[in-house]
Amino acid sequence: MSSFAALDTTWFALIGLLWAGYLFLEGFDFGVSIVAPFVSADDQDRRICINAIGPVWDGNEVWLVTAGGATFAAFPLWYGRLFSGFYLALFLVLLALIVRGVSFEFRGKLTSAAWRRTWDWANFAGSLVPAVVWGAAFTDLVRGVVLAPGGVYFGGLLGLLHPVALVGGLASATLFALHGSVFLSMKTGGGLAERARKAAVVAGVAATALLAVAVAWVALAGRPSVPGAVSPVLPLALGALGVLAAAGGTALVATGRGGLAFLSTGLAILAGLGAVFSRMFPEVLPASNVASHSLTIAGSASQHETLVVMTVVAAVFTPLVLAYQGWTYWVFRQRLVRATAGA
Amino acid sequence: MLARWEFSVVTVFHFFFVPLTIGLAFVVAFMQTLAYARHDRDWDRLSRYFGRLLLIEMAVGIVTGIVLEFQFGLNWSAFSIFVGNIFGAPLAIEALLAFFMESTFIGLWVFGRDRLPRSLHLVSIWMVSLGTVLSAFFILAANSWMQHPVGYRISHGQAVLTNFWAVLANPVLWGSFVHTVLGAFATAGALVLGISTWRARREPAGSEHRPAFLQATRWSAWFTMVSTVLVAVSGDVQARLMDVYQPMKMAAAEALYHTESGASFSLLTIGNLKNQPIFQIRIPHLLSLIADLSWDGQVKGIDNLQAADVARYGHGSYIPVVPLTYWSFRAMVGAGICIILLSAWVIWATRGTRSEAFLAKRWGTRAVVAGIALPFIANTTGWVFTEAGRQPWVVNGLMTVAKGVSSVTTADMALTLGAFVLVYSALGALDAWLFVRASKRDLDDTGHDEGHADAEVAGLVY
Ligand code: HDD
Ligand code: HEM
Ligand code: HEM
Repeated sequence: MSSFAALDTTWFALIGLLWAGYLFLEGFDFGVSIVAPFVSADDQDRRICINAIGPVWDGNEVWLVTAGGATFAAFPLWYGRLFSGFYLALFLVLLALIVRGVSFEFRGKLTSAAWRRTWDWANFAGSLVPAVVWGAAFTDLVRGVVLAPGGVYFGGLLGLLHPVALVGGLASATLFALHGSVFLSMKTGGGLAERARKAAVVAGVAATALLAVAVAWVALAGRPSVPGAVSPVLPLALGALGVLAAAGGTALVATGRGGLAFLSTGLAILAGLGAVFSRMFPEVLPASNVASHSLTIAGSASQHETLVVMTVVAAVFTPLVLAYQGWTYWVFRQRLVRATAGA
Repeated sequence: MLARWEFSVVTVFHFFFVPLTIGLAFVVAFMQTLAYARHDRDWDRLSRYFGRLLLIEMAVGIVTGIVLEFQFGLNWSAFSIFVGNIFGAPLAIEALLAFFMESTFIGLWVFGRDRLPRSLHLVSIWMVSLGTVLSAFFILAANSWMQHPVGYRISHGQAVLTNFWAVLANPVLWGSFVHTVLGAFATAGALVLGISTWRARREPAGSEHRPAFLQATRWSAWFTMVSTVLVAVSGDVQARLMDVYQPMKMAAAEALYHTESGASFSLLTIGNLKNQPIFQIRIPHLLSLIADLSWDGQVKGIDNLQAADVARYGHGSYIPVVPLTYWSFRAMVGAGICIILLSAWVIWATRGTRSEAFLAKRWGTRAVVAGIALPFIANTTGWVFTEAGRQPWVVNGLMTVAKGVSSVTTADMALTLGAFVLVYSALGALDAWLFVRASKRDLDDTGHDEGHADAEVAGLVY
């Protein structure tokens, strides 16, 4: 039985890692889409922004699909309760991802300015909505929601829009904007890169402040720890690390050290997510009303056989995926710059 | 009820684009290989031309697929919880093995044309094609488990995986996989055939594009015919599997109410399926042949199967909607036969040096263009048949549809269903429009988009 317990906890951590991969990667492509309208001087600039993430955004999004599939396989009860509970919120994300996904391919198909503006706008909204919803949803997951027995959530969309969740959502959106502007400042050149750097500073200041408020608020609201939970010091420390990393990233990009800044903003995202997952443990859908209504890891995991199959498959294929995705970034490593700005 | 509608809308829509993506990825990879191996300029142009069309369809396929991934949790949470142990694994593996491969390599293919060596660029499109086929395999593994559950036991009200190899070795899976992928090839084949014929006809005589499109016409006629014949062969294999694992579906496909030996196959029925058809064409013994490979084999009838199911599962109706299964099966097979005839005719009509005479045939070329619709009809009705024939079960013999739904409120469901229908209609219309525009573009128009000419920056594609 002990290896069984270890396997389901491992899968909880692995799903955390999949989300980490997703938010780290799609974080910057969302961010690029969010800041693009503000840093672009003309259509050419907007094209450069979109093309900077063109080869990779879909691969980044598959991290989400994998996280979803892995949750379904490893924690069917969590998957079922979470997605039917957070129904409308997730639906909004799906609509946004549809609009965003086609906007990449459709935008360039016509030269008309109105057509392009429409798709630019779609690309922007399609990135902003999920950026906000993910942050809000993860905040809800740490603070807990009102659950009926068996982990059934009935609160609708409004029940999720607690003020602290809104702060969390804004924090994630600004954090992604920061992450994405840093990326743009590294991937492009000339005036565009300069404007991206400035945008990064603005987004960075906002993200640092919002993230600090969200972390402090959740910590103070203090849902009581359940048996088996890790000491609340750990999530708090991770949250604080996230705030520091966001501030550090902002300072680094302001002084022109794009590479380090990108690592730092990435660290901010990872630390924030780490705070969420470590605070949830050993629950997966914490109840804020009656502790026994929470869904736990042990109570929602798949049986041993499924987890073994999944572990073997993941161990064999994840390195492969990482290798070819990494290679893509290497192939497309050049900056996209205008001829006049010099290569 | 709304959950079913929503699911049907989003899957049917997804599957409208999916076969084209699977098939076209293969076709483009094939054309690019010919171009590479023979240094052939025409194949190179054709692979780019059809590659552009592939990208438009793929965009829609991807975004609608993401919706599906979460549909199970959104609307079918009871089902997800019941089957997640088994059903989730192929889904997760599909993402890890197939989706990463498709999405990463399509990025490399699109953006890497000028940055990768030609050989690696060719490998990229093959990886995309492999990804689409793998994805079909794993998603069908999940679906086939619902048609014929294997490798599981029931524990605490959940289906628990006992043997993953059994899930992957499911005979129903292999039947469906071969049939669906070949069907996808036939779909792309018919599309390439229709478009090339139409373009070849439109090109002025003497234009160098005319022979290029004709070359594609001749190639795709062969490709379509061979794939479709193989689809029919595999469909026949499936029918035999169905007779073993889902006899009710077989009986419903035929509207066969009473068990018969040497059962005949009805081609068409007008009037009431159950009692007195007004008009019917029957082929003696064919049904027994299909189901059993024997002249006088016994095929079980609906009424007899219903009685057996009541004895086994308790009171209730275990009969699918018979007119739906009967007609969808005929639509699929009928469309398949039309595709075979049409492509065979093109092969015959363009043999030797007769291509020009073929192009001059107004009604003939029109029929070929209209033929593009056939595989879409076959794909959609094929799925309607497979899924509707499984009713009232979600998981054959284990869980009924009514028990699988989420506890989401009707208002929420109506809202999202309405929104999906709206967004998907707009998406479909837009996609069709862009597709037609793109297929009218010049063969040599290598820029991916219309803004290409003004691009002063290297590496811009979108
Ligand atoms: C026989 C083939 C087949 C079938 C039955 C389905 N799909 Fe699909 N799916 C594909 C074949 C495919 C594909 C050809 O592989 C796609 C289309 C476009 C693409 O890039 O991949 C795809 C894309 C696609 C994506 C987007 C992947 C990405 O971001 O790159 C997801 C999440 C799904 N599908 C999920 C599903 C689910 C949950 C289904 C179950 C109802 C389903 N598909 C049925
Ligand atoms: C692995 C893939 C698939 C799974 C797991 C799946 C599962 C289901 C489920 C759970 C239902 C609901 C039960 C019901 O309402 O009858 C359903 C119904 C349906 N599905 Fe699928 N499906 C899959 C693929 C497809 C595809 C690709 C199509 C393509 C067109 C399709 C067409 C339908 C239709 C038409 C119905 C409604 C049938 C009816 O009630 O008449 N399905 N399927
Ligand atoms: C011409 C003779 C054909 C025969 C005898 C045939 C037979 C079958 C059978 C028996 C099934 C049901 C399998 C099951 O539910 O267990 C099926 C499903 C299906 N057919 Fe066909 N088919 C034919 C042509 C086609 C063509 C031309 C296409 C598409 C281009 C097509 C696409 C499909 C699809 C997509 C399904 C549902 C997926 C599956 O279960 O494989 N079929 N076919």
